[in-house]
Amino acid sequence: MEWILRFLLGGAIVSAFALLGEIFKPKSFAGLFGAAPSVAVVSLALAFQKHGTEYVVIQGFAMALGAIALATYGLCTMHVLRKPDVPPWLGAGLLWFEWLAVAIAGWAMVR
Amino acid sequence: MIRVDLRAPKRSKWWEYAIRFVFGGAVTVVAGLVGKAMGPSIGGLFLAFPSILPASLTLLASHRGRDQARADARGASVGSLGLLAFAGIVVFTARRFPPALVLSVALAAWLVTSVALWLALVARRGEDPV
Repeated sequence: MEWILRFLLGGAIVSAFALLGEIFKPKSFAGLFGAAPSVAVVSLALAFQKHGTEYVVIQGFAMALGAIALATYGLCTMHVLRKPDVPPWLGAGLLWFEWLAVAIAGWAMVR
Repeated sequence: MIRVDLRAPKRSKWWEYAIRFVFGGAVTVVAGLVGKAMGPSIGGLFLAFPSILPASLTLLASHRGRDQARADARGASVGSLGLLAFAGIVVFTARRFPPALVLSVALAAWLVTSVALWLALVARRGEDPV
């Protein structure tokens, strides 16, 4: 039941922010909503209830490291989108590994 | 400079919204599973995972071209710095205030920081934003 709730709430909030991203112009401003804390809001709300504040604090700190990785992901994606031979879904999808590498490296450095 | 186009969502197809819903829901579940399996410090990383960006950028590139998709990616980079403000509020206030207040203020901090950084970037570039 918890997982269904996570899926539905997460999908709804991500969709809501994506909708905001559609209605705002210019696109560089709308792109802010692509980095909205949609998953975080749902996950942390559930974590507060299930695991308590210390768990949430640890997640918040780790999220900061993930955010740095997300910033690098965005910059790399901008570069990949310049390559006409690389489909956007492939370039942006493969760059998930870049995000993961930067996030894990940051986590390993501070733990 | 910042404009609202309420007709824009009507140009997207229903399955494009379905993709975002499914991706968003799936990543929220995955973040929870990772946290459960590997602890909150690894699970917390995934709260900033670029879950829907490949789908969003692909759809944008096909509708409006790669330049617009790149502008969107640039915006996401700026927005991710706003996530640092969100995370900071959570870390420094979660022990002292109710969850609803913490998350509301954190969300506001993300928005204010992201918009401020975007405005600063536009001012620095000195050109009409794309």
